[in-house]
Amino acid sequence: MSGMILTFALGYAQLVIAIAACLAGSRILLGPRAQDRVLALDTLYLTVMLLFLITGMRLGSVFLFEAAMVIAVMGFVATVALTKFLFRGEVIE
Amino acid sequence: MNGFEGLPLWISIPVALLVMLGATLTLIGALGFVQLSSFYDRLHAPTLGASWGTGAIILASSILATYLQQRLVVHELVIGLCVLVTIPVTLMLLGRTALLRDRTENPTALPEKMRNSLDAEDAAQQEQEAEERAKQSSA
Repeated sequence: MSGMILTFALGYAQLVIAIAACLAGSRILLGPRAQDRVLALDTLYLTVMLLFLITGMRLGSVFLFEAAMVIAVMGFVATVALTKFLFRGEVIE
Repeated sequence: MNGFEGLPLWISIPVALLVMLGATLTLIGALGFVQLSSFYDRLHAPTLGASWGTGAIILASSILATYLQQRLVVHELVIGLCVLVTIPVTLMLLGRTALLRDRTENPTALPEKMRNSLDAEDAAQQEQEAEERAKQSSA
């Protein structure tokens, strides 16, 4: 019973978050301007991090959890670098 | 598949509810991100996934790991803290960048009173910084 509930919930969450990642990806392709694409990339990072966490819960693996942590930090750095580039035209002044 | 079968219901039901809540909120945020028409509206949509979307899933993961390993597991809260601190910074930077780009490239996309008011502010700030630099170099 308990296993069924959790398997259903985690499967549902995986599906829903995969759809959310696809939507964010579609904004990368569609986004009319560069800032839309940067924001979409940030959202994609966030959703994929959540997908890693949920898959890690489902498989009971610690490695996916650590990957999620790395993704969370990398996403911030990548977005700030891209934003800085849009803002100034160069990354390091 | 794994050790889910032996779990008591008072663990598995809250974990399942939290995971489903977080996933649904993330989906709603992504839907809004695709649906909304202007960039400044879209800027708000992903925060749904960043606040309670992440929070609920992290809480669920933490509860499950704490029960399965029989000790308090708070590694997940590090991710939560990281996301909670970095997302506002990112979105604030991105919003200001978009405003700057819109002002210089297509001001017609902005409402009338947003087109120039902050430019004067920025210019004043830059002057102030230049003065400070001059003072420092003379001292």
